[in-house]
Amino acid sequence: MVQNNQLLRIEDLTLYFNSSQGPVQAVDGVNFGLDHNRAVVVLGESGCGKTSLAKAILRLLPRNAGTFTGHIYLDGQDIMPLNEEEFRQNIRWAAISMVPQAAMNALNPVMRVGDQVSEPAIVHLGVDKGKAISLVKTMFQHVGVPEDFISRYPFELSGGMRQRVAIAMALVTSPNLIILDEPTSALDVLTQANIFNVLKRLKKELGISFILITHDIATSSELADDVAIMYAGQIVEMSDAYRFFEQPLHPYSKKLMASVPRLHADKEPEFITGRPPSLINLPKGCRFAQRCTEAFEKCTQDPSDVKKDGRLVKCWLYS
Amino acid sequence: MNRLKDSFRTLLRYPSAIIGSLIILFLLGVAVYALVTIPYGDAVRLWRGGEEVWYQNPKYAAPAWFNYFTSKKEPVSFTVDTAKGSMAKTITPNGQGISTVDITYSFDYKYDGFPQEMILYFTPKMVKKYPFVSAAWITPDGRKIRIVDMAVEYNSTFRFSQDQKLQTRLRTDNVMQALFADPKAKTPTPLKGQYQVVISGTTFEAGSDIDAQFVFHGQLFGLAGTDKYRRDLLLPLLYGTPIALAFGILGALGTSLLTMVIAAIGTWYGGWVDELIQRITAVNLVLPFLAILIMVGTFYSRSIWLMLGVTILLSIFSGSILTYRSIFLQSKELSYIEAARAYGASSSRIIFTYLIPRMIPLLIPALVSSVPSFVFLEASLAVLGLGDPVLPTWGKVIDDAFTDGALYQGRYYWVLEPAVLLMITGLGFALLGFALDRIFNPRLRDV
Amino acid sequence: MVSVSQIIDNKTIENPRKTILSVDDLHVWFELKRFGFGHAGYVKAVDGVSFDIHESETIAVVGESGCGKSSLLKTILGLYKPTKGKIVFDNKNLSELDNKGLHWYHSNVGYVQQDPYGALAPFMTIQKILEEPLIVGRIKPKANRIERIHKAMEEVKLTPVQDFLQKYPHMLSGGQQQRVVIARAMIMEPKFLVADEPVSMLDASVRVEILKLLSNLQKLHNLSVIYITHDLSTVSYFSERIFVMYAGNLIEKARVRQVLDHPLHPYTIALLTGTSEPDAKNAETYKELPPGEPPSLVNPPLGCRFHPRCSKMIAGKCDVEEPPEFAPDSGHLVKCWLFE
Repeated sequence: MVQNNQLLRIEDLTLYFNSSQGPVQAVDGVNFGLDHNRAVVVLGESGCGKTSLAKAILRLLPRNAGTFTGHIYLDGQDIMPLNEEEFRQNIRWAAISMVPQAAMNALNPVMRVGDQVSEPAIVHLGVDKGKAISLVKTMFQHVGVPEDFISRYPFELSGGMRQRVAIAMALVTSPNLIILDEPTSALDVLTQANIFNVLKRLKKELGISFILITHDIATSSELADDVAIMYAGQIVEMSDAYRFFEQPLHPYSKKLMASVPRLHADKEPEFITGRPPSLINLPKGCRFAQRCTEAFEKCTQDPSDVKKDGRLVKCWLYS
Repeated sequence: MNRLKDSFRTLLRYPSAIIGSLIILFLLGVAVYALVTIPYGDAVRLWRGGEEVWYQNPKYAAPAWFNYFTSKKEPVSFTVDTAKGSMAKTITPNGQGISTVDITYSFDYKYDGFPQEMILYFTPKMVKKYPFVSAAWITPDGRKIRIVDMAVEYNSTFRFSQDQKLQTRLRTDNVMQALFADPKAKTPTPLKGQYQVVISGTTFEAGSDIDAQFVFHGQLFGLAGTDKYRRDLLLPLLYGTPIALAFGILGALGTSLLTMVIAAIGTWYGGWVDELIQRITAVNLVLPFLAILIMVGTFYSRSIWLMLGVTILLSIFSGSILTYRSIFLQSKELSYIEAARAYGASSSRIIFTYLIPRMIPLLIPALVSSVPSFVFLEASLAVLGLGDPVLPTWGKVIDDAFTDGALYQGRYYWVLEPAVLLMITGLGFALLGFALDRIFNPRLRDV
Repeated sequence: MVSVSQIIDNKTIENPRKTILSVDDLHVWFELKRFGFGHAGYVKAVDGVSFDIHESETIAVVGESGCGKSSLLKTILGLYKPTKGKIVFDNKNLSELDNKGLHWYHSNVGYVQQDPYGALAPFMTIQKILEEPLIVGRIKPKANRIERIHKAMEEVKLTPVQDFLQKYPHMLSGGQQQRVVIARAMIMEPKFLVADEPVSMLDASVRVEILKLLSNLQKLHNLSVIYITHDLSTVSYFSERIFVMYAGNLIEKARVRQVLDHPLHPYTIALLTGTSEPDAKNAETYKELPPGEPPSLVNPPLGCRFHPRCSKMIAGKCDVEEPPEFAPDSGHLVKCWLFE
């Protein structure tokens, strides 16, 4: 991972939510970097904070957001100090856009899809309706939605089509980075594979970078150049996809890979006993230690990030 | 049980819930107090009124505590009775069966206005020879005015303002003014100080006795004032509380529960049952609710229980059936309902064990919030003249005030007192209802 | 010619297991009403499905949404009535059962649902949830029911049992909730289970646990299981045979290894292509997939229902006549003209 002229560099990003039982430490000191025209997949199970990470990057914070600190460098410029209006105009949807979870259900049911997808273009690029619609047509071509669907309503489209429309909506302002939050979790196998074909093509033809957030390890390999594993609000391993899928380093990553069922199985998949810790009552020291088969005394202290051959792992086993 | 405790604890986090609950508890307390201290029979009897019951009260008197808020202090009514020992009486035998009965009452008068009336009631006790009384009035500046000399053969009533001889003696029609005015003042102003009523009676037989009651009708009376019929307004205000609460709660409860059950049955069975219920609802929505109540009240009976029954009957097929229906239709597709069908649960079991308990958290806020509308309905019916003929209710007070033109006469207390109670009731239930709504509908909840 | 694999396959033929459930030319059609009067056609959710399930056998039914597998499942559960064809369980035809018979049938089938949280009534404790099927099944007295509940909880490894019984569903994790759903399905000691995507709403690491649990339960109780899923990668761990469903039809039926190693029907091949394995090389290649989408069940295409999307379609044949079932290999059935 190259240090300079990275598209995105996140340093010590922290986001806590306020709740009646105390602060929820959803994102706790996350560091990672993403180059131009590369896709990183953030893998983790439910409750590990990965959706909160996406929201933190795009500053889509709910009412009960508490601590929000850290640095997000986009093309070298720190976007955290920007005020709300600057962020809205220059960053959100202009430079970074998002396809949220269940995006296909987030389409406005009383608006034609063409109008919806053209909205970001009108708002952020300042173009008139005609130009916006021609942009929409181009984007629909990229994602594989027939042009005559522009005048249709969301309910007339299938789930897969709606998801493509949502991706088109994220594309229409030609951002450099798109964050996808579980883009295919509710879709069938073939539809899912089609969407990934679309994403691969977008990456190749338009040079866009992606952050893909998902819990589905198998499909994540369809797009990933880099893999980041998230557990209990922290990134515990980050590596390029090749080396990760062959040989994961962190004990949690190893267990995750071992739990993936395969078509041609030689051995039974394993499962991980126990549950991830609550983000409100985090244990001291390494957050995975309770469930780790390789834990030892040093694990009672918070492990630091260890660099190993260009890979990053947060585990005492490697220091 | 645990869920109830949890809900209760969450409830306490909302100030609106606390205020609402306190108001409702207060009202419940008043209701219980009223029911305990005034038995039903008494309440009805007292409300029917009559001179013998309410004679001690002035008419149209505002509440006594008005004096805290006005610069011109008006006199407060009171009654003293030798029989009850509140007025001093001494009997001095003078020999030969003749005794002198001395009754004196002195009171401090510190008001800026004149009273309505003063009355002396004499109750003699004798066999043959009737006693004789004479009454006198002593002002703070020492003037002694002779009030009356009379023989008391039966229970007698002496009204100061209506005695012609007294009027002549005082050379004025306005007896109260004459008795209380400062002689030196240019405009009629009461003389403040201690006044005395001195009654001297003579009995002519051994064992004869005279009891006297001195009734002072000031301009103000008691905690709630009085109405045209001299009735202490505290009675309907107190007793109206349990009636209002009962009508409201029973109406809300009955309507909500029945509506829910009917919606559940219709939704579950579908087909013609559902269609029938929907058609009945559609027709019912068009029926003029109030007009029907008026018809029933005019042609049949105005008993409050009948009104409540008809109200519930007409309310169960209301628009809320459609709301419940849509919720039930959604719930019907829920996984656990499907699972229940898969292990063979019968329709009635599904409706009562699965669908309806799911509705109850949604039902409760709606129920609580609908109580005020039933309370107001009762008051509205009373104002329209359809109130229960015998019961003292808040609505009846407003009705009487309205009929008597209270607002035109400046007797605001008569209307405001029941109105304020109605508003407080509405407020209490509404506050609690909103808070409950936020708890049971998590989407409205604050994090 | 008998190959080695056929000899091994014949073991099944020599020791035939008892047939538990037999589905014969099942059609489940739903009427589309127009404005409450008259009809606008039928949704042919299940359109000519036949298969047998044997004792202690797990069958995976694989298909995408809209293929009719939910309707098939619900008809097997007795929730829908077949429009045509029959389902025979223990020599009794489901359509001919009266209320009492249906009641008996319900206690012989367990239902494991997809959404563990939705499947449990949120206002009931775990104990109450588990007691309900027993009460409906008229198991008396209460002590008997409690005993069964304890046994079921222990079998799904929700221990200590007492701790869990008084909890409400929202206090449990997804995996634990699903165990309760399984316990509930097992509590009447059914002959077979129908599991509708039992792990698709669970976290990746928990899925394996639950599938293992189901597999163990199956062996322990000699249960038959119909396992409905769209995730082919779990099938090899938990099933013996696979049926692939498309637009209301079972287009391929075979043993798991046959389908995974030698898929025959073009749709099955597409499904396998679309299923990913964690391999970084995937990011560099595009998958070859059939165009278009599954057809509407109201007006399915004439002939073979997959033909509009099939790259190997034979014009004049596939678009005219519906293919019957062919058996190019022992125990491997496919509905495709390519194998005539």
